[in-house]
Amino acid sequence: MSTAVREQQATPGRSSRVLAGVPRWLLVAAFVVVVVSAVRLITGEDQIDSPGSLRAAIIATCPILMAALGGLWSERAGVVNIGLEGQMILGTWGAAYFTYYYGPWVGILGAALLGAVGGALHALATVTFGVDHIVSGVAINIIGLGASRFLAEAYFANLEGGGVKQLTGLDRPTSITVPGLSDGADSLADKGWFVVSDLASVVAALTDSLNVMTILVFVLLGVSAWVLWRTAFGLRLRSCGENPQAAESLGVNVLRFKWVAVTLSGALAGIGGGYLALVASSGFVTGQTGGRGYIGLAAMIFGNWRPGGILTGALMFGYTDSLPLRSAGTIHALLLLVAIGLAALAIWRLTRRQTTQAVVFAGLAGLFLLWFLLTDSVPREFTGMTPYIATLLVLAFAAQRLRMPRADGQVYRKGSAG
Amino acid sequence: MSVVRRVLMTLAAPLIAVVAAMVITSLVVLASQSSPVEFWTIITDPPAPRVYVNIVNQSAMIFLSALAAAVGFQMNLFNIGVEGQYQMASYAAAVFAGAAIFTGALNIVASLVVAMVVGSLWAAIAGVLKVTRGVSEVISTIMLNAIALTLTGYLLSTYGLQAGNSRRTTVIDPASRLAGFTPFEERDGAIWTLVVLAVLAGVAFSFVLNKTRFGFDLRATGMSESAAVASGVKVNRMVVVSMMLSGAIAGLIWMPALFGAAYSYGTTFQAGLGFTGIAVALLGRNQPLGIFFGAVLFAFLNEQSNRLTLQSDISQNVVQITQGVIVLAVVVAYEVVRRRKVAADQQAVRQKLDAERPAPGEPVSA
Amino acid sequence: MSATADAVQARGIGKRFPGVVANHDVNLTIRAATVHALIGENGAGKSTLMKILYGVQRPDEGTLVVNGQDVSFASPIDAIAAGIGMVFQHFMLADNLTVLENVVLGAEKLHGIGGAAREKILEISQAYGFDLDPDGLVEDLGVGERQRVEILKVLYRGAKIIILDEPTAVLVPQEVDALFENLRELKAEGHTILFISHKLDEVLAIADDITVMRRGTTVGEARPESTTKHELAELMVGSELPSPKTEGSTVTDTVELQIQGLTLHDAFGRALLSDVDLTIHKGEILGIAGVEGNGQAELVESVMGMRKLSAGVVSVSGKDVTGWDTRDRRRAGVGYIPEDRHRHGLLLDAPLWENRVLGFQTRPPATKGLLIDRSGAREDTDRIVREYDVRTPGIDTPARALSGGNQQKLIVGREMSGDPVLLIAAHPTRGVDVGAQAAIWEHIKNARRTGLAVLLISADLDELIGLSDRIEVILRGRLVGEFDPRTVTPQDLGSAMTGGHEREAS
Repeated sequence: MSTAVREQQATPGRSSRVLAGVPRWLLVAAFVVVVVSAVRLITGEDQIDSPGSLRAAIIATCPILMAALGGLWSERAGVVNIGLEGQMILGTWGAAYFTYYYGPWVGILGAALLGAVGGALHALATVTFGVDHIVSGVAINIIGLGASRFLAEAYFANLEGGGVKQLTGLDRPTSITVPGLSDGADSLADKGWFVVSDLASVVAALTDSLNVMTILVFVLLGVSAWVLWRTAFGLRLRSCGENPQAAESLGVNVLRFKWVAVTLSGALAGIGGGYLALVASSGFVTGQTGGRGYIGLAAMIFGNWRPGGILTGALMFGYTDSLPLRSAGTIHALLLLVAIGLAALAIWRLTRRQTTQAVVFAGLAGLFLLWFLLTDSVPREFTGMTPYIATLLVLAFAAQRLRMPRADGQVYRKGSAG
Repeated sequence: MSVVRRVLMTLAAPLIAVVAAMVITSLVVLASQSSPVEFWTIITDPPAPRVYVNIVNQSAMIFLSALAAAVGFQMNLFNIGVEGQYQMASYAAAVFAGAAIFTGALNIVASLVVAMVVGSLWAAIAGVLKVTRGVSEVISTIMLNAIALTLTGYLLSTYGLQAGNSRRTTVIDPASRLAGFTPFEERDGAIWTLVVLAVLAGVAFSFVLNKTRFGFDLRATGMSESAAVASGVKVNRMVVVSMMLSGAIAGLIWMPALFGAAYSYGTTFQAGLGFTGIAVALLGRNQPLGIFFGAVLFAFLNEQSNRLTLQSDISQNVVQITQGVIVLAVVVAYEVVRRRKVAADQQAVRQKLDAERPAPGEPVSA
Repeated sequence: MSATADAVQARGIGKRFPGVVANHDVNLTIRAATVHALIGENGAGKSTLMKILYGVQRPDEGTLVVNGQDVSFASPIDAIAAGIGMVFQHFMLADNLTVLENVVLGAEKLHGIGGAAREKILEISQAYGFDLDPDGLVEDLGVGERQRVEILKVLYRGAKIIILDEPTAVLVPQEVDALFENLRELKAEGHTILFISHKLDEVLAIADDITVMRRGTTVGEARPESTTKHELAELMVGSELPSPKTEGSTVTDTVELQIQGLTLHDAFGRALLSDVDLTIHKGEILGIAGVEGNGQAELVESVMGMRKLSAGVVSVSGKDVTGWDTRDRRRAGVGYIPEDRHRHGLLLDAPLWENRVLGFQTRPPATKGLLIDRSGAREDTDRIVREYDVRTPGIDTPARALSGGNQQKLIVGREMSGDPVLLIAAHPTRGVDVGAQAAIWEHIKNARRTGLAVLLISADLDELIGLSDRIEVILRGRLVGEFDPRTVTPQDLGSAMTGGHEREAS
């Protein structure tokens, strides 16, 4: 049984083009920018998409994105990796330990290494021994949690800035600021103009104090996309997740590819953990992953197992994850944004003649609108819940269009060919 | 295959797992510059009376937790949400019991019902999402765990009573408390009365699963959903019902502690039992007897590990590694043993056919 | 016939598996640039020999000479290097990948995975008239097209010797003709074809040489011009094979199953079944013929209650069961032999006696009230094992351990034990050895004599013609023609099954 959805029928054909020649994702992005800008102006809450907010959102996105990317590699090879959380946790410890002694760059390698160990363990259980993928993943999470706590207590207790459960004050990887561009963008963002300032805000967030590790994360995403879809290696790997029997009959070493994919998956999750420790926080703290491994899986499912979709999903979840840092007013304003978004979804479903769904969305939109109008603020604890509720809602409503790798979650035994 | 061989094959996996875990734990302890010998001496030192009592109490709670997870596993449903379910249920039950709408024993029974209902409803969310929208119960239950954690925290801080530095729910009236059974001295503590819930639940579980139609349907769906559908099982209904059953059992997990020692929901609440239960369910292969032994083992390890901080420099958390490794090792071992068994069965079939008449070229693959 | 003109020479090939001798003393000579047919019944050992030729298995004894060279294949890679390509009976294609991706997989070094590969594929496709788009998703292709992708795969890798394993099993007669055209063109270009089948008509039409296998060894060779179907059949079976013949009519006037206006739409509004009307009387077997994927599975599921209808009425024994769920329909006496016994008919890891309970959870002897009646189920399982000749060491054996034929016999026995009034048999003898097939046919015919109504879905035209009292053809969710099995020919059926077109629309 896999993490993902029971096979629903995918919509026939490729993604449609609403306006001639304009790809759909561009239209959606434009729509989002316009709506966000409008809400900002209506409510007067500049924090919704100020450069600072967006910067925080990007920082929150990266760990989730790495987990999602790890999940992508693994599931494209046909192995469900629930253990991403445990691998991420191991990565946080690895980053802390190696950064303390050797600096942040070795720290990133250390994070990847520890994560890869977790990945290899999962590969051993699922690929070599044929254990159920989810059971193995759950076990890895238990081990990862225990191991990191144990290792923290054993190694960090007596270090400077350390304690039984933490290690702070670590060196951070360098940040980059593009001189002229960032100042210009910042001031343009301050102006508060419709759409223009919002776009400038995005530019500002990307050019001011951009951590090199963030760049690394996005580079890894791009490289992964290229390798998986444009190289022979990637084709063979994906075939293991679509029809391993066929692949084997053509001479592909299915078991080896799965091993590589799953171990790599752990390494990527580990880097995500490293990001958490080095960039998103000031160091290692037990429990800092907070379920981001699972949110990453949700982003992967939402993203339909494709890199572009994963990025969108991770950005969405990353934004909700950075909410607790926003002011109460901003969070309140987001209710309006959500209401509008749901209303738009309702209209979209209506155009596809899916009336029950449209009604549900419209109802939810109405509820959020009421909530916005009748209250002044949202209780602080609730914002902590947002990523999790968002995950549930997204999975519940996006379930239809999904097309997971056909042999995902299957236990594969060599020699099943022919 | 003879009975003796069958029994050995069934026991082989958990034994291998435990041995493997012991070896790995020793290696881990060694790697952290401590002495494995010291570790095992402390762990296997006969427990004090007080600790015996704790082990019984903890075993009961872990047993219930594992049973809850096992109901799901039998259906091929991964209810990772046991943690959140029993948290929500414990809070609700504590509030209800403290409100003292009923008194005495009636209050206790009613609170247990409340706990089961809340637990099952919280689990039902995941079940319904799976059935209607195809959302994987693995992710949805994990999300619900996190939401439960935040939600109970919010409710406690908003509606709870101040008690020193923290908040808790209304303390349960003495008339609704259960004294428990004190086998040793007074100061060694009491075995909670509601530990008996574990026994009852185990018996009920075994009976329902193996002897009733419902249990058959449940196991069939877990073995092959498509075959179950063709045989007339309404799978969607089954999914929701078993999630709810799982949640209901989960709701009872902390009840022994609530009515036997804590008397309110607050800082005394013991979190983490949900995950331990999942591990034990896997170890015990979703059968009450196996779960029983697993629960006792894990409770033993947890309790004995408390000494590590006092008597050595080894971190308590190493036991968590042991438990995780046991789980992983046991599922690997089960898989290996299972394949051997399948091969052995096929061998037996062929032997019988060969013995009956000369092989007419029976096809290897149809 | 000189040795160097032989593409393949196999001498004394032998292969054992635990408890079974799959091949012994197999001798095969394939002349270059010919179509060589290898025939034999299910279980004769053709499959194993072929796996040895393709390097999937290694022989325990014997020699293999390909193009004049001694070879020993450790894996398919070696076989491919020797110029051998194999098209499996069950296609090895990844639906979510394009034709191009499926073809280049594993052979990326030949022409890369981009433009050069695309050109090469188009070149081959045009040379042999395959008409394939490299960037189309395999998912969107029909059966005949998928087979052509498989053939293209082997040609792409430079195969000169092509092995086809039961290639016509999934094709209708018109598609078979198209395939044979392709094969003749390949032969003209110097390719050698090894054609494995048990369909004698086709073999006589296309082969240049024929080798017959029986019980794991080669028992004879022949040329089409100097042999007859009868002789070949005798070689294959060792004696005359009784073909399923109908006896006197057992059809009564009482209607058992009545379907009116059955319509089924999928989630996107496409019609899977349109306005289907169907009647089966007691004692009658109605056969449904059709290319897979034209609504047979949906029809079966609709009658069983596994699908919600968009419109229409289903009645069993005069009662309207349209709104009833599967369990209630089974209780009313509907038995079901599923097309895929592993997915729908059995709990593979459960013992046989628990499989007896499956589908009968609400009735004695398997249950008593709300409880499972263990002893009742066990007793009845013993009975089924005896009466239906299920070969097993015991009733505690897990179903997985039994062979396909015995699993199917168990299922038939189970479904019959409920004294059904209506039996839905979907491909009841698929993947079943000859002996079990004959036994199952006997049981169905016996039951028909006592008044059982049967809805028979099958891709085996011989089975349909032999068992049915009436045959209807299903095409794109509609019933498009009724035929009398006593007078119909495979050509008539094939034509109706494909809508009467010469070639399938691509």
